[in-house]
Amino acid sequence: MTMRTEPVVVNVGPHHPSTHGVFRMKLTFDGENILDAEPVIGYLHRGTEKLAEERQYTQVITLTDRLDYVASMTNNQAFVLSCERLVGIEPPDRGKYLRVIAAELQRIASHLIGVGFFLQELGVFGGTALMYAFRERERILDMFEMLCGARITLTYMRIGGVLQDTPDEFWPALRSFLDDMPGYADELQALVFDSEIVRSRAIGVAPVSAEDAIAASFTGPILRASGVEWDWRKAAPYDVYDRVEFDVPTCEGGDNYDRFWVRMLEVRQSLRIIEQCCEQIEPGPVRTTMAMLFRPPPGEAYVPIEAPKGELGFYLVSDGTIAPYRCHVRSPSFMSLTLFREMLVGWKLADAIVTLGSLDFNMGEVDR
Amino acid sequence: MYGEGILRGLGVTLRNLVRRPFTVQYPEARIPQHPRFRGQEFTWYEQRCTGCASCAKYCPLGIIRIVTDPDGGNEQDGGSYKVDVFDIDQARCMYCGLCVEACPYDALHMGSGFEAARYRRADLVIDIDTLKEREKHPSTWFRPQLEREKADPHHDAPQEWESVGREPFLWHPKRPGQMPEEMDHRSSAAGDYGGER
Repeated sequence: MTMRTEPVVVNVGPHHPSTHGVFRMKLTFDGENILDAEPVIGYLHRGTEKLAEERQYTQVITLTDRLDYVASMTNNQAFVLSCERLVGIEPPDRGKYLRVIAAELQRIASHLIGVGFFLQELGVFGGTALMYAFRERERILDMFEMLCGARITLTYMRIGGVLQDTPDEFWPALRSFLDDMPGYADELQALVFDSEIVRSRAIGVAPVSAEDAIAASFTGPILRASGVEWDWRKAAPYDVYDRVEFDVPTCEGGDNYDRFWVRMLEVRQSLRIIEQCCEQIEPGPVRTTMAMLFRPPPGEAYVPIEAPKGELGFYLVSDGTIAPYRCHVRSPSFMSLTLFREMLVGWKLADAIVTLGSLDFNMGEVDR
Repeated sequence: MYGEGILRGLGVTLRNLVRRPFTVQYPEARIPQHPRFRGQEFTWYEQRCTGCASCAKYCPLGIIRIVTDPDGGNEQDGGSYKVDVFDIDQARCMYCGLCVEACPYDALHMGSGFEAARYRRADLVIDIDTLKEREKHPSTWFRPQLEREKADPHHDAPQEWESVGREPFLWHPKRPGQMPEEMDHRSSAAGDYGGER
């Protein structure tokens, strides 16, 4: 007769450094092995969608900053694109280019955070890689400060363009960043990508097949890591993505290493896009004539964009008044958690933390 | 060879060890902000303000309180409203700058600092006397006329209301062919601002 052993339920979070915000995992363990995993969300719920219903369209831009707070620029962009579809206006060319430059800078910043925290959660570099990633991100935040006066909560984009034109210092700063960033990426690569520790910890861990990823509504890097070539910038180009050339990098395995590697590949594509935008951009107005207070005709609009974490879109319904009748946020991070249990069951606690890091979700966006 | 990747990684850390530090020791050393920085010390020019309360209306949080009083002067002769109360509750302010963007007479500007922390929430409310008396270091955010003069709120002398200039509206004037007439709220009666929902 064998002795009966009991599984142990352990709460990881809501306040835990590895949980990307206030996220609680209820993990059931048999020793070190995960038998069951349950995500508990809602600790950061602020009612953004409801708040948006009682604010004018321009004011809602400030709320979108606070959804995915490491990628405010793309949140702004998704919202103003939906508003522009609703109203039926088109921003001037320079405004569009500035949006794309800002959004791609934000993508690099967000991916640096994602990669940095992934390496932090591997625990093998004691924060070294994270600090290197933050160092490069700092320069992007400096450029955002030049553009719009803020570093995190940007509120840069406006319905019909962007807030204001660039200051003189912006272009030299962007130029020197574009020159330095490939070197930084190489350095990060030399630091970790060939490291045997990273490879043995991440390769083959928590794989997601392409079918599962599609069935679970994965979008963005975590979908492309599973080998599905899908990118809203290619599928339905918004702003000026139809005028620039770039590749959509994909990986095959869909495991933790691929989810992390595909982000580094995307950083280089983003640099390519910014380079082309710098060549194509011309002087001109950055914003159409548009009152801060306006009444769109009754109707609805949804413009999905490729945010750093996946498909982000604001589904807006207008009833002809100054505020949206309904504003639904389709956030990529929320969808990233749909396969939480399937990805974690059977792996060890240490793998669970790394898997969370590779998903690179953001609780501000999950709970909204 | 096993361990080769780790050695290469250690080479990178070694190279960074001898690099100049990227960080500064904050209270002793400070990184200067860009002149466009949306800082905390709001700058308000009494002489420019008409008490229209556009800033209060555009604030997403409604934390600006304005009470005005007709000053008794003849409107034909330039009589205007006297601003009695101008409170900004900085405890809830998120420094989005929509109030500054909305100001039609460039009376309100963003500030330049970020160290206005206080121990009590009530101390964070700026009232009209503070706004009148404080040194005026307006940020160049959304004020292209200041930017053209290379104004720097961190180093320049305080600016008086005559010297901040006023930008002719960059995006307010109604140019044809951009926005359908019926959606332009400014063309309808002023009274139905947010009234019916």
